[in-house]
Amino acid sequence: MITLKRNAVALMVSAVLVSTAVQAQVGAPEKEELKLGFIKLTDMAPLAVAYEKGYFEDEGLYVTLEAQANWKVLLDRVITGELDGAHMLAGQPLGATAGVGTKADVVTAFSMDLNGNATTVSNKIWEAMKANVPAGADGKPVHPIKADALKPVVQSYKDQGKAFNMGMVFPVSTHNYELRYWLAAGGLNPGFYAPLKGDNTGQQQADVLLSVTPPPQMPATLEAGTILGYSVGEPWNQAAVFKGIGVPVVTDAEIWHNNPEKVFGVAQSWAEKYPNTHVHLVKALIRAAYWLDQDNNANRQEAVNLLAKPEYVGADAKVIANSMTGTFEFEKGDKRPAADFNIFFRHHATYPYYSDAIWYLTQMRRWGQIPEAKPDSWYADLAKKVYKPEVYRQAAEELIAEGKMKVSDFPDFAKETGYKSPDNKFIDGITYDGHKPNDYLKQFPIGLKGDQKL
Amino acid sequence: MSALLNIKWQNMAFPFVGLLAFLFFWQIAASQVTTTLGSLPGPVATAQQFMGLVDEHEAEQDKKTAFYQRQEQRNADKLKADPDFKVTVRPYTGRPTFFDQITTSLITVATGFLVASLIAIPMGIILGLNQWMYQALNPVIQILKPISPLAWLPLVTMVVSAVYSSDNPLVAKSFINSAFTVTLCSLWPTLLNTTVGVANIDPDLKNVSRVLKLDPLTHVRKIVLPSAIPMIFTGLRLSLGVAWMVLIAAEMLAQNPGLGKFVWDEFQNGSAQSLARIMVAVVTIGIIGFMLDRGMLQLQKWFSWDKRSELR
Repeated sequence: MITLKRNAVALMVSAVLVSTAVQAQVGAPEKEELKLGFIKLTDMAPLAVAYEKGYFEDEGLYVTLEAQANWKVLLDRVITGELDGAHMLAGQPLGATAGVGTKADVVTAFSMDLNGNATTVSNKIWEAMKANVPAGADGKPVHPIKADALKPVVQSYKDQGKAFNMGMVFPVSTHNYELRYWLAAGGLNPGFYAPLKGDNTGQQQADVLLSVTPPPQMPATLEAGTILGYSVGEPWNQAAVFKGIGVPVVTDAEIWHNNPEKVFGVAQSWAEKYPNTHVHLVKALIRAAYWLDQDNNANRQEAVNLLAKPEYVGADAKVIANSMTGTFEFEKGDKRPAADFNIFFRHHATYPYYSDAIWYLTQMRRWGQIPEAKPDSWYADLAKKVYKPEVYRQAAEELIAEGKMKVSDFPDFAKETGYKSPDNKFIDGITYDGHKPNDYLKQFPIGLKGDQKL
Repeated sequence: MSALLNIKWQNMAFPFVGLLAFLFFWQIAASQVTTTLGSLPGPVATAQQFMGLVDEHEAEQDKKTAFYQRQEQRNADKLKADPDFKVTVRPYTGRPTFFDQITTSLITVATGFLVASLIAIPMGIILGLNQWMYQALNPVIQILKPISPLAWLPLVTMVVSAVYSSDNPLVAKSFINSAFTVTLCSLWPTLLNTTVGVANIDPDLKNVSRVLKLDPLTHVRKIVLPSAIPMIFTGLRLSLGVAWMVLIAAEMLAQNPGLGKFVWDEFQNGSAQSLARIMVAVVTIGIIGFMLDRGMLQLQKWFSWDKRSELR
């Protein structure tokens, strides 16, 4: 009898909780005029769409979008408060919070996309690589192309005493880790960072020297011969193809299928000061991401035309369309279907998974940016500090209550742990389990693990 | 009479021939240079792109109107739901067009140049009058003078960020950064020319002042200023030229709003139209620089005591 009563009470309490959760409306935004930064890349699309489709205004927000010169300027401006938030590399909030490069608390409640990058090499390097790439029945090179094909080319450079330089966009960028992952999977050492010795070039013991170049300058730098290849987001790989100066050899979806890419980052102090504004922003961005993938990418051509405007990406529409509308052009004329080249909403792309955050942290540890061993709990705690699924959930529930989205569009929040199940869709077939970052690191032949230090 | 006509005709014809030759050379030369974005735009392509920018500006104005209408509607709805709602009108959030960027640049350069002049002219008069002060400060001035705006900018940015912090700033930080950099770089020609102009006043005039026992302020007003004016204006014109050049560089480097940012954004866009749009900006920068100088000359004619001297 007593237990029955207690159960009833529990039921009533939970019923009240559930109903308040649905009814609890997010209050008006504390700050209505916002300035958000972005880099000229196609994956800034959710911001442009939320602006042009009026999703920001629907949330009572007056947003100004402003292109930034490079990732460093963008991050600094978010930290100093000149920008309210920005399109960011997933590694930026994590790196800043962990103290890699900059030390500042930056958080994210919205993941902007999956995939979307590629690695391009100059025509000359491609000619040399091509000899090592098997051809399929149609005479075209078999994909994915592994860095094994690049290894002899790098060796010939080494034998001549010449450096093999490649570009990536920022020390904690997805591109840096992708390029390193690809190179290391092919037996090439991309070099280590040694911050304890004050060396932040990331070129210790390196076979291939990686350095920072802002995304829009990649083709020009490749053309100038300063770098022989680069890893960057779109449209800067397709731009190399159109200009006839380089050949994309591998996409990030081939290195790690459906890898998390950019996030929408804000300063932690900003998020604490303007909690409602934050939820409203995420609401608008969720709707924009949904629109981008809606009805099997039906809106992509419209998105391309939007992005081609000079105030957003500004590149020619046909260049942007190449990757945004389900194809990707490798060697000139070798256009292949790539339906998943850039995912904005499918597969819960916008949900901030802790396991995604932890993957980035493992790569920071692997290449020495985190110079000393950390227990698994440290990885989990830092991910929790930076990734804010609770804000995302609030935004999603609001959208469901308003009838703008369906429950089925989102993960099952009641059961969601924030950890994706172990995944082995990597180019080297190694399995990643977000619960065991240290065990994950042990599997790599090249890279720091355990107590290793430089 | 016919001689007068002749002069007028020549005044018109030679600049016209010069410009035409330049445009011809530009057209020929541009088509020879092929970049990865196509060949360099000639005058025709540039003019077409200018018209495109005008169209974009007009389209943006329509968007602006629609933005305010939507906002009005939204505010009205809120007011209906809650009579105590305090209506605030938010400024348009769209992007600045080419012409907006020109306005921004002009306001910035005017501010920076005005501040520079307000510092440089009084200081130049003091240095010109006082030999000891001049000797003490000259080395510092000579060292500060050749510093490039691009070297100042990071420092200015950091200092402004540290000193000028408020949640609701009256003017944007980027504006202060640009204007302050312009001031720092455009100060020197006016300062040095004023100093030299003041120091080299005709000794007879100085003697007159001494005989009449003019008090220092009257001495400056009646004797120093009139005779130093040509040199001061030479300095101001040089300063304004420097200010305009510095501003564009500062805007490009720091991504501060203005024509410089327009150029940099287009460079980063790398579309088929980008080069022509940059060319429009380059020509515009030149024409505005020219007009600023002419404006200054007009000002000098108006200020100058000696209306007979030829100014060019």
